[in-house]
Amino acid sequence: MDPFTTHVGHAVPLRRSDVDTDQIIPSDWLKRVERTGFGAGLFSEWREDPAFVLNDARYADASVLVAGENFGTGSSREHAVWALTDFGFRAVVSSRFADIFRSNALKGGLLPVQLPADVVDALMAAVEADPALQVTVDLEARELRAGDLVAAFPLDHITRWRHMEGLADIGLTLRQEPDIAAYEAVRPPHLPTTAPVA
Amino acid sequence: MQGAETQRETPMGRTLAEKVWDAHVVRRAEGEPDLVYVDLHLVHEVTSPQAFDGLRLAGRGVRRPDLTLATEDHNVPTGSLVIEDPVSRKQVETLRANCAEFGIRLHSMGDAGQGIVHVIGPQLGVTQPGMTIVCGDSHTSTHGAFGALAFGIGTSEVEHVLATQTLQLVRPRTMAVTVTGQLQPGVTSKDLVLALIAQVGTGGGQGHVVEYRGEAVRALSMEGRMTVCNMSIEWGARAGMIAPDATTYAYLQGRPHAPQGADWDAAVAAWDALATDADAEYDAEVFLDASAVTPFVTWGTNPGQGVALGADVPDPSSLPAGNEREAAERALAYMGLTAGTPMREIAVDTVFLGSCTNGRMEDLRAAAQVVKGRKVADGIRAMVVPGSMLVKLQAEQEGLDKVFTEAGFDWRNAGCSMCLGMNPDTLAPGERSASTSNRNFEGRQGRGGRTHLVSPEVAAATAIRGRLSAPSDLQEV
Repeated sequence: MDPFTTHVGHAVPLRRSDVDTDQIIPSDWLKRVERTGFGAGLFSEWREDPAFVLNDARYADASVLVAGENFGTGSSREHAVWALTDFGFRAVVSSRFADIFRSNALKGGLLPVQLPADVVDALMAAVEADPALQVTVDLEARELRAGDLVAAFPLDHITRWRHMEGLADIGLTLRQEPDIAAYEAVRPPHLPTTAPVA
Repeated sequence: MQGAETQRETPMGRTLAEKVWDAHVVRRAEGEPDLVYVDLHLVHEVTSPQAFDGLRLAGRGVRRPDLTLATEDHNVPTGSLVIEDPVSRKQVETLRANCAEFGIRLHSMGDAGQGIVHVIGPQLGVTQPGMTIVCGDSHTSTHGAFGALAFGIGTSEVEHVLATQTLQLVRPRTMAVTVTGQLQPGVTSKDLVLALIAQVGTGGGQGHVVEYRGEAVRALSMEGRMTVCNMSIEWGARAGMIAPDATTYAYLQGRPHAPQGADWDAAVAAWDALATDADAEYDAEVFLDASAVTPFVTWGTNPGQGVALGADVPDPSSLPAGNEREAAERALAYMGLTAGTPMREIAVDTVFLGSCTNGRMEDLRAAAQVVKGRKVADGIRAMVVPGSMLVKLQAEQEGLDKVFTEAGFDWRNAGCSMCLGMNPDTLAPGERSASTSNRNFEGRQGRGGRTHLVSPEVAAATAIRGRLSAPSDLQEV
């Protein structure tokens, strides 16, 4: 994972709530076995509409997506995160994220910036009024800044540290291997295995 | 998981979810996520290839192939054993190669044990109370019906579990859904959960592990409980659980992987201790009166956009201005519906009976009861897709296949089928379905397709009448 400290870019307003992962990346794309190349599938149905905001030239270089509440609802497909990052997004702003999407985003280097609904509304309006508005996502300060708007967002310090250092989870967990082995040694014997039974 | 980061230090009782969580903490450190052990890792072809690639790149193995079980379901054609789509075929072949390389048990197409991942776990008895169960699939919540803590994860977490058999998780909050009273005859667990989602909204459970409890939940069969827990993710809950009881044990006993002899007795003693303590407190609580629930269907493009079958398509202008109204307007436009139309007048093109939500024996039996001696309405494509090949076999032994085919239904092989549009079973643009699956998102069942989520009984009656219907709407045979 690439380290993430501060990102400065432009934002695009997506005025829709309950944006589900089937819209972010339609299931046809999930047949692929690669981790790259999903950007072309991002919102592919909605992008067929010329009036869709991602087709608006004023937002062509946006790297921060500002969306309505409950972003990323639906399936567990991490392909949704891969599609957003492959398309060029580094952060998504919403008042609420679906749990699995939020978790996937944090694994995939896409920062979920959760802000109160009125702050998201204000940011959305500001970006609509001025597509060139500079938006700063400051992970160190856990703060989003855009013009006059300054808002803190929540993120636990361990996750923040991992992102700033660019550390992957598995390597960190494997440092706890003795604890895992000790736990395994005392698991109740009635628990099943998946080994075929006669 | 998101959730309260502070641990409760008071000596009060614990909930079912807290007991299962605590029993699986490998390591806990102040200010860090817990390291949580995974008892069962279910794998399918869609969300695993990049995880196995990650293992190979890092030179890692699978820590516990003996706690891992794989099946082919999402891409599987239900009409033949040949995958025509080369991209789908490559994905399934990749799973086969990965399972062979890492020593993981796989139920492939054509195998009697093959089926939807959330149908085969309970069927084999590897889904048991008190376990932690994960899968790269959001409907893993299904297994919570047994009192397991079961939830969907992304591909990075799949790789993490393969490598370490653990996950780093922040302890979630807890929520109780207390369902009082009893469901009326003809009202199902699917109606119950659709009514619940309409009440609490698609994000109502976020950050919480939900425990369904109360008289109406106790009265549900295991398969009914699985339907409810399956849909937990549709209102945002991290997981849904039901405390195990005599119904759970009766379902489990004698299954291939269920404990036997002294192990069974020890297991039941442990399972009995899982129930939420009388003095435990939940972080949130929701109440629902089961006796007020009637057959329930969706009209929109998320599972929270539902009404009673006896109601009309809602008028967006009656909703509060803002998000909810805009979403309703967009949903009606996509669905091609006019506000005020009685739901019972909506004609469908396709009826789909199946999926991890409603593809089990009881679902098939209930639907067969409705269609027996009747005919599918002219012009309707009606299909039954058993959740597993074992369900298919059992249904055939009971003669259900004859009931369905004589009525004009297509009787197919097991798979995810029309639930999600990754295999040949799809809706054409503009086509409308009554579907026993779990999601009515735009394009979910095929590009431009329009989905109404329904119970198996409503699906069956709809196939006969051609319009959204309950069995009570049909003429006597």
